[in-house]
Amino acid sequence: MRGEWWLRYAAPQAFFPLAGRLIPYFAILAVVLALCGLYLGFFVAPTDFQQGEAYRIIFLHVPAAWMSMFLYVVMALWGALGFVLNTRLSGMMASSIAPTGALFTFIALWTGALWGKPTWGTWWVWDARLTSELILLFLYVGFIALKASIDDPRRADRAGAVLALVGVVNVPIIYFSVQWWNTLHQGASVSLTRSPSMATTMLWGMLLMALAAWMYSIAVCLARVRLIIREREREMAWMRELGQ
Amino acid sequence: MNWGSLQAFLDMGGYGLYVWGSYGVAALCVVIELVALRARARRLDGQMTETAS
Repeated sequence: MRGEWWLRYAAPQAFFPLAGRLIPYFAILAVVLALCGLYLGFFVAPTDFQQGEAYRIIFLHVPAAWMSMFLYVVMALWGALGFVLNTRLSGMMASSIAPTGALFTFIALWTGALWGKPTWGTWWVWDARLTSELILLFLYVGFIALKASIDDPRRADRAGAVLALVGVVNVPIIYFSVQWWNTLHQGASVSLTRSPSMATTMLWGMLLMALAAWMYSIAVCLARVRLIIREREREMAWMRELGQ
Repeated sequence: MNWGSLQAFLDMGGYGLYVWGSYGVAALCVVIELVALRARARRLDGQMTETAS
Protein backbone atom coordinates (compact mmCIF):
# COMPACT_ATOMS: atom_id res chain seq x y z
CA MET A 1 0.00 0.00 0.00
CA ARG A 2 1.92 2.93 -1.36
CA GLY A 3 -0.95 5.45 -1.41
CA GLU A 4 -1.91 8.01 1.22
CA TRP A 5 1.68 9.24 1.49
CA TRP A 6 0.29 12.60 2.55
CA LEU A 7 -1.35 11.03 5.60
CA ARG A 8 2.15 10.70 6.98
CA TYR A 9 2.07 14.45 7.54
CA ALA A 10 -0.88 14.11 9.93
CA ALA A 11 1.77 13.08 12.48
CA PRO A 12 3.35 16.09 14.22
CA GLN A 13 6.85 14.63 13.93
CA ALA A 14 6.56 14.52 10.12
CA PHE A 15 4.68 17.78 9.78
CA PHE A 16 7.05 19.79 11.98
CA PRO A 17 10.06 19.83 9.60
CA LEU A 18 7.84 20.15 6.51
CA ALA A 19 6.16 23.24 7.95
CA GLY A 20 9.56 24.71 8.75
CA ARG A 21 10.73 24.29 5.17
CA LEU A 22 7.57 25.84 3.70
CA ILE A 23 7.44 29.01 5.84
CA PRO A 24 10.08 31.06 3.93
CA TYR A 25 8.34 30.51 0.58
CA PHE A 26 4.97 31.68 1.85
CA ALA A 27 6.55 34.60 3.68
CA ILE A 28 8.39 35.79 0.55
CA LEU A 29 5.27 35.39 -1.57
CA ALA A 30 3.27 37.39 0.99
CA VAL A 31 5.74 40.29 0.89
CA VAL A 32 6.01 40.34 -2.93
CA LEU A 33 2.23 40.11 -3.46
CA ALA A 34 1.54 42.80 -0.85
CA LEU A 35 4.07 45.16 -2.46
CA CYS A 36 2.54 44.61 -5.91
CA GLY A 37 -0.98 45.02 -4.50
CA LEU A 38 -0.09 48.24 -2.66
CA TYR A 39 1.64 49.62 -5.76
CA LEU A 40 -1.45 48.96 -7.88
CA GLY A 41 -3.74 50.22 -5.15
CA PHE A 42 -1.97 53.50 -4.51
CA PHE A 43 -0.18 54.37 -7.74
CA VAL A 44 -2.11 52.75 -10.59
CA ALA A 45 -5.75 52.53 -9.53
CA PRO A 46 -7.55 55.79 -10.30
CA THR A 47 -9.33 58.03 -7.81
CA ASP A 48 -12.93 56.99 -7.18
CA PHE A 49 -15.33 59.53 -8.61
CA GLN A 50 -17.72 59.24 -5.66
CA GLN A 51 -15.50 58.58 -2.66
CA GLY A 52 -12.30 60.31 -3.70
CA GLU A 53 -9.21 58.75 -2.13
CA ALA A 54 -11.04 57.33 0.90
CA TYR A 55 -11.94 54.24 -1.10
CA ARG A 56 -8.28 53.13 -1.04
CA ILE A 57 -9.09 51.51 2.31
CA ILE A 58 -10.75 48.81 0.20
CA PHE A 59 -7.38 47.19 -0.56
CA LEU A 60 -7.10 46.30 3.12
CA HIS A 61 -10.70 46.08 4.19
CA VAL A 62 -12.06 43.55 1.72
CA PRO A 63 -9.11 41.11 1.83
CA ALA A 64 -9.11 41.28 5.66
CA ALA A 65 -12.86 40.62 5.79
CA TRP A 66 -12.58 37.69 3.35
CA MET A 67 -9.69 36.25 5.33
CA SER A 68 -11.51 36.61 8.65
CA MET A 69 -14.38 34.44 7.39
CA PHE A 70 -12.24 31.99 5.45
CA LEU A 71 -9.88 31.35 8.36
CA TYR A 72 -12.83 30.69 10.66
CA VAL A 73 -14.16 28.02 8.28
CA VAL A 74 -10.71 26.41 8.04
CA MET A 75 -10.42 26.50 11.84
CA ALA A 76 -13.82 24.82 12.22
CA LEU A 77 -12.87 22.20 9.60
CA TRP A 78 -9.71 21.33 11.53
CA GLY A 79 -11.85 21.11 14.66
CA ALA A 80 -14.28 18.76 12.93
CA LEU A 81 -11.43 16.66 11.56
CA GLY A 82 -9.95 16.36 15.04
CA PHE A 83 -13.32 15.28 16.35
CA VAL A 84 -13.78 12.58 13.73
CA LEU A 85 -10.23 11.27 13.37
CA ASN A 86 -8.97 12.16 16.85
CA THR A 87 -5.61 13.26 15.45
CA ARG A 88 -3.32 15.37 17.63
CA LEU A 89 -2.35 17.74 14.84
CA SER A 90 -5.91 18.87 14.03
CA GLY A 91 -6.46 20.63 17.35
CA MET A 92 -3.04 22.26 17.09
CA MET A 93 -3.86 23.54 13.58
CA ALA A 94 -7.15 25.00 14.81
CA SER A 95 -5.32 26.71 17.69
CA SER A 96 -2.71 28.11 15.35
CA ILE A 97 -5.33 29.74 13.12
CA ALA A 98 -7.41 31.48 15.80
CA PRO A 99 -5.11 34.44 16.63
CA THR A 100 -4.51 35.25 12.95
CA GLY A 101 -8.25 35.00 12.28
CA ALA A 102 -8.93 37.37 15.15
CA LEU A 103 -6.28 39.73 13.76
CA PHE A 104 -7.93 39.89 10.34
CA THR A 105 -11.36 40.32 11.93
CA PHE A 106 -10.07 43.23 13.96
CA ILE A 107 -8.45 44.79 10.86
CA ALA A 108 -11.73 44.39 8.92
CA LEU A 109 -13.68 46.11 11.71
CA TRP A 110 -11.10 48.84 12.25
CA THR A 111 -10.68 49.73 8.58
CA GLY A 112 -14.46 49.53 8.21
CA ALA A 113 -14.91 52.12 10.94
CA LEU A 114 -12.31 54.40 9.36
CA TRP A 115 -14.01 53.98 6.01
CA GLY A 116 -17.52 54.40 7.40
CA LYS A 117 -16.79 57.75 9.02
CA PRO A 118 -16.01 59.70 5.81
CA THR A 119 -18.50 57.82 3.59
CA TRP A 120 -21.47 57.05 5.85
CA GLY A 121 -20.83 59.73 8.44
CA THR A 122 -20.51 57.25 11.30
CA TRP A 123 -17.81 54.98 12.75
CA TRP A 124 -20.25 52.23 13.61
CA VAL A 125 -23.85 51.17 13.14
CA TRP A 126 -25.52 48.10 14.61
CA ASP A 127 -26.40 46.75 11.21
CA ALA A 128 -26.40 43.07 10.27
CA ARG A 129 -23.05 42.98 8.47
CA LEU A 130 -21.13 44.91 11.09
CA THR A 131 -22.74 43.17 14.05
CA SER A 132 -22.17 39.65 12.67
CA GLU A 133 -18.52 40.51 11.94
CA LEU A 134 -18.16 41.73 15.54
CA ILE A 135 -19.65 38.42 16.72
CA LEU A 136 -16.97 36.69 14.63
CA LEU A 137 -14.31 38.54 16.62
CA PHE A 138 -15.96 37.39 19.87
CA LEU A 139 -16.04 33.81 18.55
CA TYR A 140 -12.30 33.89 17.87
CA VAL A 141 -11.57 35.43 21.26
CA GLY A 142 -13.92 32.96 22.95
CA PHE A 143 -12.21 30.06 21.20
CA ILE A 144 -8.77 31.21 22.36
CA ALA A 145 -9.99 31.87 25.93
CA LEU A 146 -11.80 28.53 26.15
CA LYS A 147 -8.75 26.59 25.02
CA ALA A 148 -6.50 28.51 27.37
CA SER A 149 -8.79 27.74 30.31
CA ILE A 150 -8.60 23.94 29.95
CA ASP A 151 -5.39 22.34 31.16
CA ASP A 152 -5.60 19.03 29.32
CA PRO A 153 -4.73 19.88 25.70
CA ARG A 154 -6.76 17.06 24.16
CA ARG A 155 -9.87 18.08 26.11
CA ALA A 156 -9.23 21.70 25.19
CA ASP A 157 -9.07 20.64 21.53
CA ARG A 158 -12.45 18.94 21.76
CA ALA A 159 -14.11 21.83 23.57
CA GLY A 160 -12.61 24.29 21.08
CA ALA A 161 -13.84 22.17 18.17
CA VAL A 162 -17.41 22.26 19.53
CA LEU A 163 -17.29 26.05 19.89
CA ALA A 164 -15.77 26.51 16.43
CA LEU A 165 -18.37 24.25 14.81
CA VAL A 166 -21.31 25.91 16.55
CA GLY A 167 -19.96 29.34 15.62
CA VAL A 168 -19.48 28.46 11.97
CA VAL A 169 -23.17 29.26 11.32
CA ASN A 170 -22.17 32.89 11.77
CA VAL A 171 -20.03 32.86 8.61
CA PRO A 172 -22.88 32.53 6.06
CA ILE A 173 -24.80 35.07 8.15
CA ILE A 174 -21.95 37.57 7.67
CA TYR A 175 -21.64 36.77 4.00
CA PHE A 176 -25.33 36.97 3.11
CA SER A 177 -26.28 39.65 5.66
CA VAL A 178 -26.20 42.34 2.98
CA GLN A 179 -28.81 40.41 0.98
CA TRP A 180 -31.00 39.17 3.83
CA TRP A 181 -31.40 42.44 5.67
CA ASN A 182 -31.46 46.10 4.82
CA THR A 183 -27.99 47.19 5.74
CA LEU A 184 -25.96 50.31 5.38
CA HIS A 185 -23.14 48.12 4.17
CA GLN A 186 -22.92 47.73 0.41
CA GLY A 187 -23.35 44.41 -1.34
CA ALA A 188 -20.56 42.20 -2.64
CA SER A 189 -18.02 44.05 -4.78
CA VAL A 190 -16.85 40.92 -6.52
CA SER A 191 -19.02 38.11 -7.76
CA LEU A 192 -18.38 35.09 -9.91
CA THR A 193 -21.59 35.56 -11.88
CA ARG A 194 -21.45 39.27 -12.64
CA SER A 195 -18.71 41.25 -14.25
CA PRO A 196 -16.96 43.32 -11.59
CA SER A 197 -18.47 46.70 -10.79
CA MET A 198 -15.11 48.37 -10.35
CA ALA A 199 -12.13 49.42 -12.43
CA THR A 200 -9.85 46.53 -13.43
CA THR A 201 -6.81 47.99 -11.70
CA MET A 202 -8.80 48.37 -8.47
CA LEU A 203 -9.94 44.77 -8.73
CA TRP A 204 -6.41 43.52 -9.34
CA GLY A 205 -5.03 45.52 -6.45
CA MET A 206 -7.64 44.00 -4.20
CA LEU A 207 -7.07 40.45 -5.44
CA LEU A 208 -3.29 40.75 -5.02
CA MET A 209 -3.77 42.00 -1.47
CA ALA A 210 -6.14 39.10 -0.81
CA LEU A 211 -3.53 36.64 -2.10
CA ALA A 212 -0.91 38.33 0.08
CA ALA A 213 -3.22 37.89 3.09
CA TRP A 214 -3.52 34.19 2.25
CA MET A 215 0.22 33.71 2.01
CA TYR A 216 0.79 35.69 5.20
CA SER A 217 -1.81 33.60 7.03
CA ILE A 218 -0.27 30.34 5.88
CA ALA A 219 3.25 31.43 6.87
CA VAL A 220 2.20 32.71 10.29
CA CYS A 221 -0.06 29.75 11.07
CA LEU A 222 2.67 27.29 10.10
CA ALA A 223 5.11 29.14 12.34
CA ARG A 224 2.61 29.12 15.19
CA VAL A 225 1.69 25.46 14.81
CA ARG A 226 5.39 24.62 15.03
CA LEU A 227 5.58 26.47 18.33
CA ILE A 228 2.45 24.69 19.59
CA ILE A 229 3.97 21.34 18.59
CA ARG A 230 7.16 22.24 20.43
CA GLU A 231 5.22 23.27 23.53
CA ARG A 232 3.01 20.21 23.61
CA GLU A 233 5.38 17.50 22.50
CA ARG A 234 8.45 18.76 24.33
CA GLU A 235 8.69 15.62 26.44
CA MET A 236 8.35 13.25 23.52
CA ALA A 237 11.31 11.29 22.26
CA TRP A 238 11.23 12.63 18.69
CA MET A 239 11.36 16.23 19.96
CA ARG A 240 14.31 15.46 22.22
CA GLU A 241 16.15 13.87 19.30
CA LEU A 242 15.55 16.98 17.20
CA GLY A 243 17.01 19.06 20.01
CA GLN A 244 13.90 21.21 20.10
CA MET B 1 0.86 58.29 -11.41
CA ASN B 2 -1.76 59.65 -9.05
CA TRP B 3 0.30 61.94 -6.85
CA GLY B 4 2.11 65.13 -7.80
CA SER B 5 4.03 65.34 -4.55
CA LEU B 6 4.70 63.51 -1.32
CA GLN B 7 2.43 65.99 0.41
CA ALA B 8 -0.44 65.06 -1.91
CA PHE B 9 0.26 61.38 -1.28
CA LEU B 10 0.13 61.84 2.48
CA ASP B 11 -2.94 64.04 2.27
CA MET B 12 -4.96 61.44 0.28
CA GLY B 13 -7.32 64.10 -1.00
CA GLY B 14 -8.22 65.11 2.55
CA TYR B 15 -8.75 61.52 3.73
CA GLY B 16 -5.18 60.99 4.95
CA LEU B 17 -6.19 60.32 8.54
CA TYR B 18 -8.64 57.59 7.52
CA VAL B 19 -6.50 55.92 4.89
CA TRP B 20 -3.23 56.01 6.84
CA GLY B 21 -5.07 55.23 10.07
CA SER B 22 -6.26 52.04 8.41
CA TYR B 23 -2.94 51.00 6.91
CA GLY B 24 -0.94 52.08 9.96
CA VAL B 25 -2.97 50.10 12.47
CA ALA B 26 -3.07 47.05 10.17
CA ALA B 27 0.73 47.18 9.82
CA LEU B 28 1.04 47.55 13.60
CA CYS B 29 -1.16 44.46 14.10
CA VAL B 30 1.05 42.42 11.79
CA VAL B 31 4.20 43.61 13.61
CA ILE B 32 2.66 42.73 16.99
CA GLU B 33 1.76 39.25 15.76
CA LEU B 34 5.28 38.63 14.43
CA VAL B 35 6.90 39.96 17.62
CA ALA B 36 4.60 37.78 19.75
CA LEU B 37 5.55 34.71 17.71
CA ARG B 38 9.22 35.50 18.09
CA ALA B 39 8.84 36.01 21.86
CA ARG B 40 7.06 32.66 22.12
CA ALA B 41 9.90 30.96 20.25
CA ARG B 42 12.48 32.65 22.49
CA ARG B 43 10.64 31.42 25.57
CA LEU B 44 10.78 27.87 24.25
CA ASP B 45 14.48 28.21 23.42
CA GLY B 46 15.08 29.41 26.96
CA GLN B 47 13.27 26.44 28.47
CA MET B 48 15.28 24.13 26.24
CA THR B 49 18.63 25.37 27.48
CA GLU B 50 17.33 25.07 31.03
CA THR B 51 16.49 21.40 30.57
CA ALA B 52 19.73 20.76 28.70
CA SER B 53 21.94 22.15 31.45
